[in-house]
Amino acid sequence: MDTRPDETEVSLPSLGTVGLLRWAWRQLTSMRTALFLLLLLAIGAVPGSIWPQRNIDAGRVADYLAVHRSTGPWLDRLGFFDVYSSPWFAAIYLLLFVSLVGCVVPRSKIHWRAMRAQPPAVPGNLARLPEHGQIEVAGTPEEALQIAREVLRRRRLPGGRYRLRSEGLSLSAETGYLRETGNLVFHASLILVIVAIAVGHLFGWRGDRILVAGKSFSNTVSAYDTFDPGPWVDTQGLSPFSVAVDRLDVSFEEHSSGAQRGAPRDFTAYTRTRTSPQAPQIRQTLKVNGPLMFGGTSVFLLGNGYAPVITVRDNAGRVLMHEATPFLPQDANYKSVGAVKVSAASPKQLGFFGFFLPSEYLDATAGPSSFFPDLKNPALALGVYEGELYPQGRPQSVYTLSTEKMTQLKNATGGPLRLLLKPGQTIALPGGRGSVTFDAVQRWAGLSIRYDPGKLFALIGALAALSGLIASLMIRRRRVFVRVEPSGARTVVSVGALAKGEDPGLAEAIEDLLSTIAQRSSTKGSGTKI
Amino acid sequence: MTNETLAQYANLAVYSAMAVFTLAMIAFALDLAGAAPRLSADTPATRKQQVPVGVERPVGASARTSASSSADTEGSTVGAGVPGGDADLPRSRKAAGIAMMLTRLGGLLLVAAAAMRGLSVHRPPLGNMFEFALVGCMFVIVVFVTISARRDLRWLGLFVTGPVLLTLGLAITVFYTDASELLPSLKSVWLVIHVTVATFSVALFTIAFSVTILHLVKTWLEAQEASDPSEMSRVRTIVNTALPPARSLDRTAYGIHAVAFPLWTFTLIAGAIWAEQAWGHYWNWDPKEVWTFVIWVVYAAYLHARATTGWSPRAANYLALAGYGAILVNYMVVNVFFVGQHSYSGM
Repeated sequence: MDTRPDETEVSLPSLGTVGLLRWAWRQLTSMRTALFLLLLLAIGAVPGSIWPQRNIDAGRVADYLAVHRSTGPWLDRLGFFDVYSSPWFAAIYLLLFVSLVGCVVPRSKIHWRAMRAQPPAVPGNLARLPEHGQIEVAGTPEEALQIAREVLRRRRLPGGRYRLRSEGLSLSAETGYLRETGNLVFHASLILVIVAIAVGHLFGWRGDRILVAGKSFSNTVSAYDTFDPGPWVDTQGLSPFSVAVDRLDVSFEEHSSGAQRGAPRDFTAYTRTRTSPQAPQIRQTLKVNGPLMFGGTSVFLLGNGYAPVITVRDNAGRVLMHEATPFLPQDANYKSVGAVKVSAASPKQLGFFGFFLPSEYLDATAGPSSFFPDLKNPALALGVYEGELYPQGRPQSVYTLSTEKMTQLKNATGGPLRLLLKPGQTIALPGGRGSVTFDAVQRWAGLSIRYDPGKLFALIGALAALSGLIASLMIRRRRVFVRVEPSGARTVVSVGALAKGEDPGLAEAIEDLLSTIAQRSSTKGSGTKI
Repeated sequence: MTNETLAQYANLAVYSAMAVFTLAMIAFALDLAGAAPRLSADTPATRKQQVPVGVERPVGASARTSASSSADTEGSTVGAGVPGGDADLPRSRKAAGIAMMLTRLGGLLLVAAAAMRGLSVHRPPLGNMFEFALVGCMFVIVVFVTISARRDLRWLGLFVTGPVLLTLGLAITVFYTDASELLPSLKSVWLVIHVTVATFSVALFTIAFSVTILHLVKTWLEAQEASDPSEMSRVRTIVNTALPPARSLDRTAYGIHAVAFPLWTFTLIAGAIWAEQAWGHYWNWDPKEVWTFVIWVVYAAYLHARATTGWSPRAANYLALAGYGAILVNYMVVNVFFVGQHSYSGM
C-alpha cells in the first residue's frame, strides 16, 4: 500500500525507542507487510471451514471432541473450533487494520497535494520515457504547441480531462487523478466495513423462539428460548413489537421420486403484528427470504416442525395438562424428538419421552420411523416415566427428560411400556395413573430475531469499496509531455508519455496524438501559406 | 413441476456440445502444431519491426512501440511486401478457422442446453453443481468467442475448449443432478444476481488462469531461446512460435483478472445481502463464505503484488494460480465435503 521505496536501510544502529517505534511502524505499514498479512488472513480463515465451529454448530464440535480424544483438546486449545473469535485470527486482522489506516492516511495527504498541484515540468530527454515519438510539421513552434494544447484539452478519458501546464515551448499534461482517489476510497471503505462489523458485534443481538401456530410473543428477553446479546446491548430497551403466528403453510416435493422427494418447497407463516402494544394490528406473511421488519429489527422464518397437542388426565378424569408441545425434527422426514412433562401429576410426577412421526411406519431395525416430512400418517411413539421431573430445580432442556430421578413404566410382560397414539386416540396408563390423549397436530415456526445496527454501514462501505476498486482498476493515470523545436521553416514536435501501473493503451494514445497534430498542422499550414 | 422431456433435450445438447468441442480441440491442436518456426526471421521486413523499445525512431515514423505491434499482430507482420519462398507467407490457418467455427457452434449448443434446462424447471438454471458447471462453461465460451471477434485469440482456443470439455464431462457424469425445483431458501431474485455474477467471474478467472499458465510456459521458453536456441526441441520451438510474446500474455492475463476481481467483489457483497435476507446474518463464516473470502483475499493479494515494487510479475502470477486453486476448492470440495448452509449440491 505504501509506495515509498524500500525502508530496510533505516535499520541503523542506535535508533532509540522512538526510532525503533518509527521503524516498526514503517515496517507494519509497508506494502510488503500488507501483502504478507493478506495472505496470512486467507490461510488463517481456512481451518474454520474444515473443522466445525462453535458459533455455527456447537453440537458438531462436541461430537468431534468425543471422537478425537487425543487431537481434539489440542485443536480446541489452539482455537480451531472458534477460529473467527480466536486471538491469533484477531491479531491478523487487527494488524491488517492498522496497516490499512497507516497506509490510507499518509497517502491521502500526498494525493490531496497532488490533486491541487500543477503537472510536473517536461523532462530533459523525452526519448527516455516508456512511450515517445517525434513528428515534423509545417508552421511555427507556437502554432504547433497551440494545436497540441487544444488536442489534449479536448481528449476525454475515463478518468476525466487532462490537466495542462505550459512552460515556454513545452507542455505537460496529466490525467487520471481519480485512479488514486478510487484506490484510497477502496481502502478507506474497507476500514468502514470493519468498523461496521465491530458495531454490529457490540450493539447487535439475536434471539430465537419456537412459536406454535396460534400463539404470539412480544419482543422481550424473557420471551426468547435463546438470547444472545452483544456486550453493549441495553436488554431493557428492546423495540416493543409483538408477533402472532395464525397459520403455517408448508409444502414438500411430492412428485419427484429420487433424492429430491420430500425436499422442502415452500414455507409461509400468516402473522398478525403490532409495532407496540398500542399500535394497530397488521396482517403480514412471513416467508423464507422474506423477513418481517420492525425498524432495525428483523424477524426471520428459519425453521419449522410439529407440535402434537396432548392432554393428560388423572384417574378421575381431571385435566392435568393440555398443551401443544413442540418436537424437534431429527431427519429430512421430520422424525421429531420431544418430551411432555406433567408436573401436576401426583403422587409422582409423570414424564413422556419419545418421537412424533408425521408419516409413521415401523422400520425393522430403527423402530417407528417417518417416510415423508408431511402429515400422511401422523403418530406419537412415547415411553412413560414417573418420579421427580426437576431434581434440585436444575434448569433443563424442554425437549428432553432428565431421567436420573425417574423410573420407566413397564408393560404387562415386564418390558418398557411404549405407547403408539394416533390423532384422537386416548390410552389409559397402567396402575390407575390416568390417561393420555393425542388430540391434534399443530405446526410451529422457528423464528430468529436479529438486530444489527452496523449492517447498513457495512453495506454502504462494501458498495463504496466496490466503486473505488472499479475506478482504481479502470482509470489510467497518464502523464504526457510535448516539446516543440524549430527546424528551418518547419517544427519538430516531440511527445513522451508514462503511466502509473498497467496501461496497454498508452502507445496508441501517443500515436493518436501525433497523427492528430500532423493532420491539423497540414490543413492549417496549407491554409495560411498559399 | 418439472418437464422431464425438456431436461432430456438439455442433456442431449450438452452431449452434442461435448462432441463439437472435441472436434474443435483437435482442430486447434492441429493449428498449433502447424506453427513451424519461421525461417524468415532475418528478412529485412522483420528486422525493421524488431527495433527495441525506447530507441528513437526516425522522424515521422509511427510512434507505436515494436513490442505492442508485434504482440497484437503476431504472424501477420512477417513477409509483408517481401517477395520470396513459401516460408515468408503467413502460414495457412484453415484448421484454426474450422476450430473457431466449431467453438461458436458448441457455444450455441451450450446456450440452448442452459435455456432448456431452465425452462424444464421454470427457474434460472443455477440451482446445483451440474447447472453451475453448465452455465460456467457457457460463459467461458461466450467470453472467448466475443473477445475473438475483436482480437486474434486462436492460440488460446485449445486451452479454453480443453478445460470446458473436461468440466462438461465431469458435470454430466459426476455432478449430474435431476432437474427439480429449489429449496425455499434459494427462491429469491438474489439467486439470479449473486449466482450469475459468481459463475461469470469464475468463467473469467478460468480464462485468465489458462493465459497465466501459458505466460509461465512462454517465459520459460523465451529464456531458453535466448540462452541456447539450438538446443530447443521441436515441440518447444513450435509452442514458442505459436504463442504470443510473454509480455503480451502477461498483460492479457492481468486485464482479465482486473475485470474478474470487481465482479467477484460484487458476488461477495450480493451474497452477503442475500444471506442477510435468507438467514438473518450477512456474514456467518459458513464454509462457502470462508472460501469466497479466501479467493477474494488471494486475488486481492495478486493485484496488490502487481502494484508492489520488488515483486516480479512472475511471482504475482503464482498468486493468481493459487487463487484459481481456491476457486476449485470452493466449487468441488466445499460443496461436497464440508457441512454448511450452502450444501445444495444435490449429490
